[in-house]
Amino acid sequence: MSWLMPHGSSTFVGDIDWLYYLILWVTGIAFVFVEVMLIVFLFRYRARKGRKATYYHGNTRFEIIWTSVTAVVVVVIGILSAGGWNNIKGHDSIPANALSLAVHAKQFEWLITYPGADTTLGSADDFQVRGQLHLMVNQPVAAMLTSEDAIHSFFIPAFRIKQDAVPGMNIRVWFQPTEIGEYELGCAELCGLGHYRMRATVSVHSKEDYEKWLRGRAALAATK
Amino acid sequence: MATTAGQLDGLTIESGHAHAEAQSFVRKYIFSTDHKIIGIQFLLMSLLFLLLGGVLAMVIRWQLGFPSQPMPGGGVLPETMAPGGVVLPEFYTSLVTMHGTFMVFFAIMPLLVGVFGNYLIPLKIGAPDMAFPRINMASFWIAVPAGFLMLAGFFVEGGHASAGWTSYAPLSARPDLTGVSMGQILWCVSLIVLGLSSILGSFNYITTIVNMRAPGMHWMRLPLSIWCLFVTAILVLLAMPILSGAIIMLLFDQTLGTHFFAPAQGGQPLLWQHLFWFFGHPEVYILILPGMGVASDIIANASRKPVFGYTSMVVAILGIGVLGWVVWGHHMFMSGMNPTLGTTFMISTMFIAVPSAIKVFNWLGTMWMGNIRFHVPMLHSIAFVSMFVIGGLSGVFMASTPVDIYIHDTYFIVAHLHYVLFGGSLFAIFAAITYWYPKMFGRLMNPFWGRVHFYLTLIFYNFVFFPMHNLGLKGHMRRIYDPNEYEFLKGLQGLNTFISISAFILFTVQLIFAANFIMSWYKGEKASANPWEDNGLEWTVPSPPPHGNFATIPHVYRGPYEYSSPLVTEDFLPQNRELPGDSSPAGHHS
Repeated sequence: MSWLMPHGSSTFVGDIDWLYYLILWVTGIAFVFVEVMLIVFLFRYRARKGRKATYYHGNTRFEIIWTSVTAVVVVVIGILSAGGWNNIKGHDSIPANALSLAVHAKQFEWLITYPGADTTLGSADDFQVRGQLHLMVNQPVAAMLTSEDAIHSFFIPAFRIKQDAVPGMNIRVWFQPTEIGEYELGCAELCGLGHYRMRATVSVHSKEDYEKWLRGRAALAATK
Repeated sequence: MATTAGQLDGLTIESGHAHAEAQSFVRKYIFSTDHKIIGIQFLLMSLLFLLLGGVLAMVIRWQLGFPSQPMPGGGVLPETMAPGGVVLPEFYTSLVTMHGTFMVFFAIMPLLVGVFGNYLIPLKIGAPDMAFPRINMASFWIAVPAGFLMLAGFFVEGGHASAGWTSYAPLSARPDLTGVSMGQILWCVSLIVLGLSSILGSFNYITTIVNMRAPGMHWMRLPLSIWCLFVTAILVLLAMPILSGAIIMLLFDQTLGTHFFAPAQGGQPLLWQHLFWFFGHPEVYILILPGMGVASDIIANASRKPVFGYTSMVVAILGIGVLGWVVWGHHMFMSGMNPTLGTTFMISTMFIAVPSAIKVFNWLGTMWMGNIRFHVPMLHSIAFVSMFVIGGLSGVFMASTPVDIYIHDTYFIVAHLHYVLFGGSLFAIFAAITYWYPKMFGRLMNPFWGRVHFYLTLIFYNFVFFPMHNLGLKGHMRRIYDPNEYEFLKGLQGLNTFISISAFILFTVQLIFAANFIMSWYKGEKASANPWEDNGLEWTVPSPPPHGNFATIPHVYRGPYEYSSPLVTEDFLPQNRELPGDSSPAGHHS
């Protein structure tokens, strides 16, 4: 039962985790304040014989204070959130040097198309791998998300990225892994009876390892 | 004046009828036009569906707590659901779909709107019945077949609907994606029929509140429960047709070969989500506003003090009713909707926290300097406030779009929505049932067992739903049959098992409530007309009130929360009690 965000390993961790902790503090303080006040009132003003409640209808100054304080706090959280959202999902957020991939979702698997050595999708040396997402550390990636059947949702918890894949739509989602290692990609949107096992592995390699893997796959594709 | 005359005519006719001849059993208890009987009919029906929704939740929790082990008693289920008692993935997706569907549409919504809308509105505003008693009867008798249609889905080939209670297209629109055909069609038809029932009910409520308030019952003297039910009825009237329209499109896609949601033929899956949530977010407030209203009434009564900031409470209710229409996009932050819209919906969603906060502070202000009686309805109302605070605050996390990227579609959302719908709505329902039970049945529910049920529910409710926040923070997705498929979720099995065991206890504890409800009907202590020393008009008539409610139409001299007024020695002052110096309200009916 931890309230900490799990370890993350993409550039989005910075944009998301601090906001999470900020909101945790703000709502945590509000929670303690309200619940303590509630308990104190319940104890202090419990019914006692021979006592009457104070005949009192309210206080405009209090109303103005708690209305405006709440409004300011939530609007500030909203404004602070807008920046991170734009960095992650904004129209112009995808870095120019992002490597293009195509991720095609279908019941119940992820098909990933890599651009091959020429780094351009749609050329002859493209190859497709089922259920394995291979990435290069510190290299931004822009994946074109499509779906064949139901709506799926591309979710890599360690990278703090989630995006629905909607049939009939081409949605670009980008992220930049920052640590070499093995991660998991899951489906976050109910897509049928196999939703729970619509899983893929995510491997983040060093530049050398990534290129070695790429050459191996390209050779394999060429022999077919 | 015409309305006043109309009421008096109606009263004469109704009460004359009641006295002239004893009504047959069928007219009195089955095809009744009496709003009180209809309210009780809705109560019994929706409590049964609440029980069913709970049973479905237990099966879900079995699978999550003890994945793929044979469920005790699961052997009775057919091979297509749970061969050898082991829940199948396709049955699991049906379970989560139908748990949500039954709870939202057949339990919480009718419990709040159908039961307390019907029972309280005429009694609390001083009217003999609803404006359209026969339409009111129709509203119940249309809801019954809707329930049967929804139940029938469990028994058809292919199993019940399994695309989630939100029925996202194309999964819901294409039988080849789920293997479910007739189940999804029944889901659609049932909700279209139920929508008709809700629409009939809501315009009846609106008409009754606008036209049939007793003389002197000005708008600003209405109990907050009635204000909430009024705004709720408007939301229902405007939102249900949108759902019905969307479902008709879905039904056409399934059965007639249209392509509203099929992208290959020019349709658009996101159209379903926009329509569904344009209904669905007002629906969220339909499910909580009446709870806020009854809690306001009960907290003022138990604190023996006027509601703090009545006017700002009314403004907050109206604010929620308006803002509720412009936040639906926050359900769709990850849907591929334009990201600029995401920011817009984030800001509107943040703003809706303001009226909710106003209400919480006003409830606290009502208790402040009170003389608080801890009767069972008050205990549930206190839990309502304190749990709603958690549900409201957790909403800030998902309103913040970057944080939502991580927690969207995880158990954090499941925790949040259950803090609002169980911690909020269901505690308010327990409060309301225990509060108005003596008025409905003429007997009090047993307070000792009421307390036992309350404390155990509060404890185990939190054991079930609080840790779900932590599951969500680990990235645990919703609606997954077996989280152990994922390496990163394997360490969470212990917490899942703990939640499941707590859920089984929580369910068992509800049987105490059921037993208390049934036993008190026969053996409960006889209730006086006003057992809680409340100011509302319903407490000035016998328990239970006769057909036609009031012997003469009451005159209202003040608001409903004049507790501990210095004008009288008692600590309550009924709305219709005339004090020296009060001028008769007849003649300037607002």
